[in-house]
Formats: sequence, C-alpha cells, structure tokens
Amino acid sequence: MGPQHPSTHGVFRMIVTLDGERIVKLKPVFGYLHRNHEKIAESTSYLASMPYTDRLDYLCSMTNNWAYALAVEKLGGLTVPDRAQYLRVIMAELTRLVNHSCLVGFLFNDLGTSFTPLLYAFREREKILDLFEALSGSRMMCNYQRFGGCRVDPSPEWLAAAKALVDNFPRFLDEYETMLTGNEIMLARTQGVGRLSAADAINAGITGPILRASGVDYDLRKVDGTGFYPRFDFRVPLGAHGDTYDRYMMRILEMRESVKILQQAFRDLPAGPIMDPKAKLRGFRPKAGEAYGRLEGPKGELGFYLVSDGSPNPYRYRVRPPSLINLTLLEDMCLGHTIADSVVILGSIDIVLGEVDR
Amino acid sequence: MSDAEREDLRRHGILLTSLEELYNWGRSNSIWPLQFGLACCAIEMIAAATARFDIARFGAEIFRPSPRQADLMIVSGTVTKKMAPLVVRLWNQMPEPKYCIAMGACAISGGPFKQGYNVLKGIDRFIPVDIYIPGCPPRPEALLHGLTQLQEKIKAERLAGPDTARHLRPENPGEFPIPDYGAHDLQPPNNPALFSPPSLPRKP
Ligand code: SF4
Repeated sequence: MGPQHPSTHGVFRMIVTLDGERIVKLKPVFGYLHRNHEKIAESTSYLASMPYTDRLDYLCSMTNNWAYALAVEKLGGLTVPDRAQYLRVIMAELTRLVNHSCLVGFLFNDLGTSFTPLLYAFREREKILDLFEALSGSRMMCNYQRFGGCRVDPSPEWLAAAKALVDNFPRFLDEYETMLTGNEIMLARTQGVGRLSAADAINAGITGPILRASGVDYDLRKVDGTGFYPRFDFRVPLGAHGDTYDRYMMRILEMRESVKILQQAFRDLPAGPIMDPKAKLRGFRPKAGEAYGRLEGPKGELGFYLVSDGSPNPYRYRVRPPSLINLTLLEDMCLGHTIADSVVILGSIDIVLGEVDR
Repeated sequence: MSDAEREDLRRHGILLTSLEELYNWGRSNSIWPLQFGLACCAIEMIAAATARFDIARFGAEIFRPSPRQADLMIVSGTVTKKMAPLVVRLWNQMPEPKYCIAMGACAISGGPFKQGYNVLKGIDRFIPVDIYIPGCPPRPEALLHGLTQLQEKIKAERLAGPDTARHLRPENPGEFPIPDYGAHDLQPPNNPALFSPPSLPRKP
C-alpha cells in the first residue's frame, strides 16, 4: 500500500502480507520524504534552522520551534522571560488543538466517512490559523519562537480574540463528540482494534497520547516540567485498553485539558519583556558542548539534540521525532486484523511524514 | 458575428456557440484533481477543499484516489528522488487530456530543501507543468487562483487548426519515461525533451 494511497497520510508505504484479509506481516517503508533536514541544519546558522523546524511536522510548527529553541537555549545558557514562557504555552496548546482536531478528522476519513468530520475540524483549524497569521504573518509556517523568547508581542486585541476562541472551543468539542463518539460504526470498528500493551509501548519508546492510551501516566509537561507547565492546573487523561478507540478518546480529552490550560494562561499572562536581552539571534555562537531540548508535542516527545563546537552552526543536529518512533510498533498492532483495520490503526497513530523522514 | 450581436441574441434566449467553446467550457468547469499529497503543501491543498475556501465553487472538488479517474495532478510538496519515478508513473497513468499544477516552492524548484542531495529540483524536469504556484506553502487562495488560471488555459485550447491543443496532436507523447534509481542520481537526471539545465556562458 502506498506511497500514493488516500489513507497512508502522505508518502508512506506498507508492504503487507495477507492471509485472506488478515494481516500476517507488515513492513513499513520510509524515506519518500527524506529532505535532509538534519544535514541542512548542520550547514546553516542556528537561526536559519528555525524555519526548517516549521516544516518538520507541518501541523505543529509552534511546538517544533519551541523544542528547538529549548535546545539552543540550553546550549547558549539563555533564560526566557516570564511573559514569553506564558506565550509559548499558549501557542503550544493552540497547536495541540489544531493537531488533535485535524487528527480526529483524518481518522474518520480513514474509517470511511466522506469528509464531514474533517470539514468541522478544518473549520476550527482556520480560526486558530487566523490567530497565528495575525501574530506571525504566516498560516502554517509560523516561525514564531526564537531562542531567548518570542518574536513579537501579541496586542491586547489579539489576546482578546484568542481568549474568545478558546472559551468557545468546548462548544465545538461537544458538537464534535455528539457527532462522533457514540457512533455505532465507529465503536464497532475501533474498540479492541490495534491493541497496544503498556509494556510494549514503554519498551518501544512510544510517547504521547498513544502511550497514555495504554494507561501509562507519562506526560513531559508533568514529568519534565518544561516551560511553565508546573504552574498550571490540569489533568493527564489516561486510557485503559490501548486500542484505537482509547487513542481517539485521548485526543478529545487532551483538547479539553488544553482549553483549561489556555484559560489559565490568559488569566495569568504577566506583562514584561518577551526576549532575553542576552540573546543574540544573528551571529549566535554558543560555547562548545551539547544539549538536548525536549517537549511534550502533540504527537509525543519531540526532542532536538545539538552538539556545538563553538562555530556559528551546529556540529551535529539530530531530531528525535515522535511520529517515527510511534510507528515502530505498527506491525504488532496490525497483526491479525484486516487490511481495512490497518488503515484505521495507522490513522490513530498520528504520523506526519515530514517528521518521520525528515 | 460581433460580440455585441451575440450578447443581444443571448438576451433573447438564443445561445449561439461553437462545439469547441462548449467542450472547453464543460472541461474547464469539471476538473477532477488527483488526490495525492507529498508534504506540507498538501495540507493547504486539503484546506482549499474545506469549508472556508471551498474548491467546489470551481467544480474541482472531486479529488480522485486513482489516477485513472483524474485529469489534474497537483504536485503539492517536496518531490524526493525516491518519490519522483512514482510521480511520473502516476502521471503516465492519467488519461489525456491532463494537466499539472506545481504547487509550492518545492515542487517548482526544490524550495528550501534545494541543497538536499535527495530532493528533486523541480518536477518540471520529468513532466510538463501547466501552472506554477509559488509560495511555501502557497495559501489556499493561491491554489484557487492557479486553478482559475488553468481554467482560462483550458478555455483557450483549440480543437483544430495550427494551434491545436497539445493532447490532440498525435506527435505529442502522453507518457513520459520513468527515471531509474541510478548509482548516484536518477537516470536520466531530467527528461531532455522537457528540460535542459541552463548552461552558464563562461568568459575566457
Ligand atoms: S514549498 Fe514549503 S510548504 Fe510546500 S512542501 Fe515545500 S517546504 Fe513544504
């Protein structure tokens, strides 16, 4: 199947061996979107890699920026002002809303609905992208975070618009859930399909909503305390069965938690500078050393590993992409199911090929 | 007959048209794009199909999963050398008349990833491109503009005469050679009938 197939979410290919309709073997083939991101980053300056991180996972450019900025900040010993920390949390959670609602839409496409859930998801996505565009000038490739802070300070009108959007978001979620969650076909096609045990998930290094759907309480926002997440009051939803249905529910519940985080962030947003005055964007030369910055992205642990030799560009640059690592157990999840189920299982993993192949 | 006279007749409910005009009008308002996305630009292509931009207004909302049923290929995203032969194969499988839109910097020239050893520097090296839409990614409106430009192009195609449309002339190929994975690069690196790299004149 693939690399051109409507349900492989991009240029992904699976070599599937079937017995009748049951899958007995499944081998993923990667590399159809290998764009040399890491090598290009090693030959350009730290700042110039920032737009490339946008294009890694093109649904979540804000969180990609942040994770990369975290690594560079560690390397260069920069501290981020409070206001920028709050803004980063706001952007990251808005990104999570975009990512999860689109994912649910795509998942239902894979289930065979013709487009309707995706239409609703993209309607909400457009509203959030309008905000991103007003702030950063670009809809998808926001390129908003910088090492040491953020690029522009949002105006009070922007904040009011964002707050109104977030306050309305639960209504969309209710509508979405009324349409989808109890749907009989959905229940029949996803419950008990693509089971992943907690032990397997941990052993394979799987992170994010997929790990939590299997019942493992591991969220970097709580465990690692990235940014200002410890200041917010939110819950980490957990699944019990690790099947496709739980993975779907995890996305919906996480969106509800994101709304809570966002509301607190808008309430508490402090005034002040948004950049570390020490931060130098052009001609930035960190001391020799290495750093790993990581973040709970919408898909799981997104990490950037940088080695500096004191020159203006990284000596080694490496991405830890959640999509690729979450894909490693695809075969185990699909074995014994039908080929139609494999499409849904793949949909529930939430891959973006830009990040898988880099 | 002048345009004014024709307009006058039209007001009286008499429609005079040529077969060519009718045929092109029908084709240009029912373009069926191939549903395939390569990278970031594909997300904007999907966005163009959803409620806000609504590509259905232009009659092009029926994205077909099979190339056999499509007449427009929107190359949306980075074409890597691993993917390029497959893109050409899909193109070959589409029936004539068919059109190609190169959407975004990557499909046009390799875009931000141009330096990459694995990135094809423009899909027009292997298949003929009708419309180029710059941007990284182009906004959905830009895609819609590209689509209307393509419609204009289709409407201007002639069925007979010296400037007959490309697909109606027997000497023009509908299929293009599919490159192989060579030792270092695609073999051949471009289709010489379509593209030749610019040669830089050097002063002695
Ligand atoms: S042109 Fe830009 S947005 Fe489009 S595929 Fe290339 S990198 Fe992605």
